[in-house]
Amino acid sequence: MADRTPGARIHDFAEVDSGLTPEEAITEAERCLSCKKPACVQGCPVEIDIPAFLSSVAVGDFLAAARTIRENNLLPAICGRVCPQEVQCEGECILGGKETPVRIGELERFVADYERGQGMAVPEVAGPTWKRVAVVGSGPAGLTAAAELARLGHEVTVYESLHEPGGVLVYGIPEFRLPKEIVRAEIDLLREMGVKILTDQLAGASITVPELLEYDAVFIGTGAGLPYFMGIPGEQLPGVYSANEFLTRVNLMHADRFPEYDTPVRHAARVVVAGGGNVAMDAARVARRLGARVSLVYRRREEDLPARRAEVVRAREEGVEFVLCANPVRVLGDQSVTGVECQRMEMCELDLSGRPEPAPVPGSFFVIDADMFIEAIGQGPNPLLIRKLEGITYGRRGNIEVDDEGRSPLPRVYAAGDVATGAATVILAMGGAKKAARAIDRMLRDTDPEQA
Amino acid sequence: MYRVAESEELADRIFLQWIQAPHVARNARAGQFLIVRIDDHGERVPLTISAVDGDLVRIVFMAVGKTTRQLSTLRRGDSVRDVVGPLGRPSDIRRYGTVAVVGGGAGIASTPIIARAAAEAGNHVIGIIGARNAGLLILEEEMRGICDELHVATDDGSRGRHGFAADVLKDVMARQKIDCAWVIGPAIMMKVTSEATRRAGVRTFVSLNPIMVDGTGMCGSCRVTVGGLTRFACVDGPEFDAHLVNFDLLMQRQRTYPEEERLSLERYQEHTCRCQEGDHRG
Ligand SMILES: Cc1cc2nc3c(=O)[nH]c(=O)nc-3n(C[C@H](O)[C@H](O)[C@H](O)COP(=O)(O)OP(=O)(O)OC[C@H]3O[C@@H](n4cnc5c(N)ncnc54)[C@H](O)[C@@H]3O)c2cc1C
Ligand SMILES: Cc1cc2nc3c(=O)[nH]c(=O)nc-3n(C[C@H](O)[C@H](O)[C@H](O)COP(=O)(O)OP(=O)(O)OC[C@H]3O[C@@H](n4cnc5c(N)ncnc54)[C@H](O)[C@@H]3O)c2cc1C
Ligand code: FES
Repeated sequence: MADRTPGARIHDFAEVDSGLTPEEAITEAERCLSCKKPACVQGCPVEIDIPAFLSSVAVGDFLAAARTIRENNLLPAICGRVCPQEVQCEGECILGGKETPVRIGELERFVADYERGQGMAVPEVAGPTWKRVAVVGSGPAGLTAAAELARLGHEVTVYESLHEPGGVLVYGIPEFRLPKEIVRAEIDLLREMGVKILTDQLAGASITVPELLEYDAVFIGTGAGLPYFMGIPGEQLPGVYSANEFLTRVNLMHADRFPEYDTPVRHAARVVVAGGGNVAMDAARVARRLGARVSLVYRRREEDLPARRAEVVRAREEGVEFVLCANPVRVLGDQSVTGVECQRMEMCELDLSGRPEPAPVPGSFFVIDADMFIEAIGQGPNPLLIRKLEGITYGRRGNIEVDDEGRSPLPRVYAAGDVATGAATVILAMGGAKKAARAIDRMLRDTDPEQA
Repeated sequence: MYRVAESEELADRIFLQWIQAPHVARNARAGQFLIVRIDDHGERVPLTISAVDGDLVRIVFMAVGKTTRQLSTLRRGDSVRDVVGPLGRPSDIRRYGTVAVVGGGAGIASTPIIARAAAEAGNHVIGIIGARNAGLLILEEEMRGICDELHVATDDGSRGRHGFAADVLKDVMARQKIDCAWVIGPAIMMKVTSEATRRAGVRTFVSLNPIMVDGTGMCGSCRVTVGGLTRFACVDGPEFDAHLVNFDLLMQRQRTYPEEERLSLERYQEHTCRCQEGDHRG
């Protein structure tokens, strides 16, 4: 592993994993058996030709490798860092049976970083079609749709409500996992392709739905940014945060550098984080870096933690204490948080997701002293814009219902990413957005758009 | 960047500015707010949209801490890095009959736009504005021009009636039937005043001002308890049925960062002092 030591990294926000050297990359890529029927490709949600890119790496042609990846993945430097490879490509790698799988994610990242180091070429843009497309949201879904549509010659305008584009990539995932400079490089590239990115623009308010519908097509990539709260007593106390708020204050507003930056975040000695996904790991690890002792409380078992495996390992290395099979039931405190009362959980039958259904053990209450409590129990689509889109239909969690190609029931309106799938992953957002962009392109080229 | 088109000190520490923000002005309605971020190091602070004129939006604010003080130093031609809006749901303006629009302190900032919308919807509008003293009473002439009647109160009796806006409202309610009221001001003033309207059985809206970050429903910093439910003031509000709001929890959450606010302000003041000394020497 190329990780910096835990002792060094909990004192700063610099990237944990410093990446492979060219020699290491070549050696690692040489391990690929070039299977006839590569299982890894089937494990990849966007079906990157993994054996082809690995064989380019193995002969030291890193730029050729980058070109292969880019055929299916527009954001390789990001996906190499944040994809849950252990349940995708690497999980399928047949070497995983005997030894360890090829570190495909690390190699993807290496190749993308190498390419960026050489100065990235602006992708070729087709001749103008004179069709205008509005893209709402600038997370991985919006960025991918914008890039794809611009490449195909359409005039693209991105509306983003925050002051900085990038979505979760800038406000959620911390710098030590995904340096913001990488996201900015991708966004600069989009601008060079002629995409107009307008920040501070809340679609549904700064630009209304009828105004959006004046575009030839609308792509909605507004994500799943609405944080859920547990609904337990004491939740309104100062010192209780959603992970989104805590992470936004630090990542987007730089509260770790308060008062040099104006936005504060509470300074806590002892933090409890509720949840077991990537969001919970990020919140816990950011809290560690701000100097707190951190306990992460998760209601199921270790093996059920939905977070990326590597981040669970790193969180533990960094001293995050895992309190498993337990659930917070009450936040204690009078003027401010002083502790979190939890209850033990026991595992019952498997639920639909194949994980055991946790049930509270009667009477098994215990208190963890804490002066901050962060809830990372999930997010849903923000209804602000979508509830104004008459004719849209909703799924169980308030997500927009679309077909395989991102088409909503509303003519000329497409959606992909978390707003369509519910909170998922960067690669699924990208994959969905690319399909939707292609479908938009076909619709726009059709003589009668209403028939498409 | 958004240009400050006009900047004026209305009263001690209360400032009025017009900012050029066409995307906000175009669709803004009464009761909505915007978020300003002055520069790359700035905090995102919410301020009510107090009036709209073409491309321009008006804000009226009290310089209480670092950001509002820094904002107050901006002059015509300066600019702010970000303006986001219009945010929140518009006021629920209908033809109620007789409407009272009550503003306290800096909360008066929000009243003209609501009073105007209520009047345009065919209501008889009674304005009531109150402040600590005559010097702090703002927008009186403007409100007089909009409202069918305007009552003024000051805590020290230096102008209008001696007492609180709530006292005036009680008198008005005793004299005539009020169908709906808006009460906007510091949390404690809204709490006390809406107790009075609850007793009188008058439907009342308050505009809540919890600490916000994004203002778009993404963080939950602005959560308030209304009718026992958790609501996000930035998207479900900022206006809520006053008689369902838990004001004590709101006030408690407003006090989340006392130390940080003090530190930030001190640092800012030290910095501006040093700059001014530098100016003298240079
Ligand atoms: C803390 C955290 C860590 C994560 N870690 C991982 C990980 O390691 N690996 C992984 O694969 N996935 C991870 N995820 C999930 C992943 O980030 C998301 O699945 C992905 O970002 C979804 O992309 P999106 O483009 O659909 O939405 P988002 O990234 O949420 O972007 C949506 C954008 O739309 C904007 N927006 C919303 N409404 C409006 C509107 N009305 N007008 C204008 N703009 C609007 C938002 O401000 C935002 O910028 C993580 C998520 C979080 C929160
Ligand atoms: C919807 C809404 C509309 C508002 N409209 C107006 C208005 O028209 N005129 C006006 O004078 N004030 C208004 N406020 C309050 C205004 O936002 C705060 O006074 C301002 O943020 C203070 O920032 P500061 O750095 O100057 O002060 P600080 O020293 O940071 O804080 C002073 C007090 O302001 C509050 N505050 C601090 N940061 C925030 C924040 N990010 N969001 C909300 N409140 C905060 C806190 O309760 C704190 O006690 C409104 C608030 C909301 C939520
Ligand atoms: S301010 Fe973030 S959700 Fe309201």
